[in-house]
Amino acid sequence: MDERKGIITSAAEGTRGILEPFWVTLRQLFHKPITEEYPEFKRALPERARGRIVLTRSPDGEERCVACQLCSAVCPVSCISMQSAVREDGRRYAGWFRINFGRCIFCGLCEEACPTLAIQLTNDFEMSADDPMQLVHEKDTLTVDHGGRHPDYDFYRHAGVAVRREPGSHEDEDAPVNPKSNFP
Amino acid sequence: MTMWFAGFAVLLVKMALVLGVALTGAAYLVLVERKLLGRMQLRYGPNRVGPFGLLQPLADGVKMILKEDLVPQGADRFLFMMVPAVLPLTTLLAFAVVPFGTELTIMGQQVPMVITDLDVGVLFVLSLSSVGVYSLALGGWASNSKYSLLGAVRGVGQMISYELPLGLSLVPVIMLAGSMSLVDIVNAQADMPFIVYQPVAYVLFVLSALVEVKRTPFDLAEAENELQAGFHMEYSGMRFALFFLGEYLNMIFLGAFAALLFLGGWHGPVLPPFAWLLIKTAIMPILLIWIRASLPRLRPDQMMRLCWVWLAPLALLNILATGAVMLLKG
Amino acid sequence: MSLTQALFYLLAGVITLSTGMAVTRKQPVHAVVYLVVSFFATAVLFALLGAPLVAVLQIMIPAGAVMVLFLFIIILLGREAPKPRDDSAMRWALPGILAIITVAAGLMLIASPQHQTIPLAMAKASARELGTYLYRHYWPAVEGISVLFFVALAGAMFLVREFKPKPDAQNEEPKP
Repeated sequence: MDERKGIITSAAEGTRGILEPFWVTLRQLFHKPITEEYPEFKRALPERARGRIVLTRSPDGEERCVACQLCSAVCPVSCISMQSAVREDGRRYAGWFRINFGRCIFCGLCEEACPTLAIQLTNDFEMSADDPMQLVHEKDTLTVDHGGRHPDYDFYRHAGVAVRREPGSHEDEDAPVNPKSNFP
Repeated sequence: MTMWFAGFAVLLVKMALVLGVALTGAAYLVLVERKLLGRMQLRYGPNRVGPFGLLQPLADGVKMILKEDLVPQGADRFLFMMVPAVLPLTTLLAFAVVPFGTELTIMGQQVPMVITDLDVGVLFVLSLSSVGVYSLALGGWASNSKYSLLGAVRGVGQMISYELPLGLSLVPVIMLAGSMSLVDIVNAQADMPFIVYQPVAYVLFVLSALVEVKRTPFDLAEAENELQAGFHMEYSGMRFALFFLGEYLNMIFLGAFAALLFLGGWHGPVLPPFAWLLIKTAIMPILLIWIRASLPRLRPDQMMRLCWVWLAPLALLNILATGAVMLLKG
Repeated sequence: MSLTQALFYLLAGVITLSTGMAVTRKQPVHAVVYLVVSFFATAVLFALLGAPLVAVLQIMIPAGAVMVLFLFIIILLGREAPKPRDDSAMRWALPGILAIITVAAGLMLIASPQHQTIPLAMAKASARELGTYLYRHYWPAVEGISVLFFVALAGAMFLVREFKPKPDAQNEEPKP
């Protein structure tokens, strides 16, 4: 009891403090619930929501992944594993690629680490399964036939084995400077 | 001998009826609580299993049965496995003295609508409620877990506190009715329910009952925030469900008890007696759910102070006043 | 031997056995549980002998309140580190049987239909008669106990009183 307030005021305040919550809860009873009922109503997710992981393809339809192991190395729960392989023309690709979604925490670090923008997170989060083994996805279920969030990007137009051209003939590249001449 | 067997059969039918109503009531009270709490918090509550979620209790039961029955390491196995049964058992036994209607005449034979009309009915109920606490104290102790132990200690302290005001708040009713049999007490309220004469006793009873069921303002024994789940933290599966069955049965029983002692039992116009009793019984559980939605938890010392410093002396003064009025009126 | 007698000896056996077990247990909580079983059997025995009020009080006060306090203290005192236990089921068979016998006997008594011929011939001392008798013949004792109870209540209220420290005149800062 507060000394400054006197007994009647504090008693009245105490009674009000006990009775007011009942009025509040009673009032809520006749409100319409604000619940969004999920399977019937699906909220539009933000563009960069982190859900199921996919392996995307470059505009020419080739796989983007070069099996550099960066995503696997950065993954905090070690749910990504792969084996690299090299094609006849010298281009690297993943022999097999496995993501255990039972472990994945959808942190998105793999997406950040990927130098070729191959591994990307999508908006899809509805991937529950009856059996934990169904959550282990292989390359064939991971690979999609589009470019994901960056449909126009093609790593091999900038780097890699496919780019064995003369200096200066690359995309967005100026002609090489002749260091032996001082003409502009 | 034939009469004896007929009487026994009638008794069995009555027991089955009471058991069925009480257990179904307890199962659906869980649903009612979740629905009401949900609406009070702007949610829907369970509405997936069956129309309006009406099959939810069934789904809960199936889930509980299928869960693994764990016994923690270092637990006192026998006590741990046995004590969850004590709480529902004592509450179901208390239903034995609850009358649910006037006497029926079947084939020229008077059949009272109560399993057994003990002439110490009120005391029988109080004694059972004081025994139910063993479930909590021994269960918490046998779990070999510090949170469970703290919950058990708090539960015992709570039980010691509420028992006195609970018992004393009922004394004026017994004085007015002149009997401890619940049938006689209800019959004494044929003209006017006792709540009119004893509003203070009713309030004291509701407050003590609130402490007894160990629900939100006084759920110190299972305080989720500080003790995880208190005394039933280590329980799983049906043993866990038994604790909850006991709690919800207790809510319904206290509703029936308050209806019989203060609200006039089965007396009421138009509707049949059984319906009146059910309606009056429902008041207490719904009030308890509403209180749970509205009020925060008290501290143990606040609870003890409430019971010992306010409720018990008030109940004594109420007895004194009732006695004085009865003496003056003759 | 009539049914009443059979029940009497059964209950007497349960009381003796469970009390004996209570005395010989090493684990204090187990001793308390055995003692509670013994009290329950005693209560059923009282009911059998025609004193339902005493039976109910026996459950309410010794079994329901006093033993709970015992349990409270034992729990607070702490428990020993769990020893390697012997897993013999026989160790727990006895208390289980005793409890089942008590409960079964009690249920038989409660379930006996009282509105017609009852298998147990009982002379019942009703609560009203007992109360009248107590107040007529032993009223000083009853009043003495109630005074004791009142003193205890006053003591409890005194103990929980808030003690406010007196404001120290020297250390008190002058109020602006």
